[in-house]
Amino acid sequence: MDLINIFIKAAFVENMVLIYFLGMCSFLAVSKTVKTALGLGAAVVFVLGITAPINWLIREYILVPNELLFLDLIVYIAVIASMVQIVEMVVEKFSPSLYMALGIFLPLITVNCSILGGTLFMITKEYNLVESTVFGIGSGFGFFLAIIALAAIREKIKYSAVPPALRGLGMAFIITGLMGLAFMSLMGLKL
Amino acid sequence: MAEVASRKPLLSKQDRKLVSDPLNDNNPITVQVLGVCSALAVTSNLANSIVMAVAVILVTAAANITISSIRNFIPTRVRMIVQLVVIAALVIAVREALQAFAFPVYKELAVYVGLIITNCIVMGRLEAFAMANRPFPALLDGIGNGLGYGVILIAVGFFRELFGAGKLLGYEVIPSAVYDFGYTDNGIMILPIASIFLIGIFIWVQRSFNKDLIDIS
Repeated sequence: MDLINIFIKAAFVENMVLIYFLGMCSFLAVSKTVKTALGLGAAVVFVLGITAPINWLIREYILVPNELLFLDLIVYIAVIASMVQIVEMVVEKFSPSLYMALGIFLPLITVNCSILGGTLFMITKEYNLVESTVFGIGSGFGFFLAIIALAAIREKIKYSAVPPALRGLGMAFIITGLMGLAFMSLMGLKL
Repeated sequence: MAEVASRKPLLSKQDRKLVSDPLNDNNPITVQVLGVCSALAVTSNLANSIVMAVAVILVTAAANITISSIRNFIPTRVRMIVQLVVIAALVIAVREALQAFAFPVYKELAVYVGLIITNCIVMGRLEAFAMANRPFPALLDGIGNGLGYGVILIAVGFFRELFGAGKLLGYEVIPSAVYDFGYTDNGIMILPIASIFLIGIFIWVQRSFNKDLIDIS
């Protein structure tokens, strides 16, 4: 029951993008079509779900016993970078079209703040190994849902009479702001 | 006369374009969509925005020139880790410099300066430009993109502090007579959401003047 709570909390109440505004760059840039958004969302779920437990293990069994905590940021980033590198190779091999569509934003998952944010939140919340895995997957799932929602809205809004200068990116910013306002009503919800 | 003509200017036309392009036509925030997270997080007042802008200009320029000089020795398969190690080292250097020479600023901004590591603008420019160009153009590209980022950041900080707190750089700007008349500060400008709307509006304004940027699709 606790695990389900952690999952729901990570995915909705503390949504990485719409509450904390982490990982905005790829969120806004890759949400042009639902298809690419699906690809990026899945990649983020995977990377967050894997890096959270790995970083937990490294922290618990390497950094803390050896008093190396001052190195934590560099270590976490290195783990994340290597995971993203793996994802990049897999995507390049199996789906060249998605690889082209994501472009520079595939390597940029590394510096997607929501991934490092996931690791740092998991530490401040003092989760254990299982809980951090669930938290990582839940946060990734929240990102996944948010980016697909935005992409779907953007696909529909193409047919509306938006002022030409606001079309595309400008509208994406404003929709995100409105979605953020809506999600603010979930703030402080106790599970 | 011929001598003057044959001498190469310090910055050729192409070089100048590298610096000026990111200010408008290829702005990192409003066109390339890089570095948005930090633009939301640190812009609640003008002073923070200025310090952050300067720090990012330094880090992008230095990271671009470093990676560009060693680009031929980096194996593609581990390039991200190499890039991040360089960025992290530079950011730590900036943080130490701030701590030594501007301690009051450091105390307030230590966390945000650390966050430059995950600022996509630095790694984005490394991937998009420095990995494929010689060090000097890379340096100019870094400075240009840092400036383009700084301009937006300072503009957002200006509006958020002005309307959110009625102050600029900590000084009261809106006279108290206006408050007596019933004006109140806008609470939503304090929240990160305000900067999303502000950047959206900046994009609108920029694209109204610069028709080439308009999305046709």
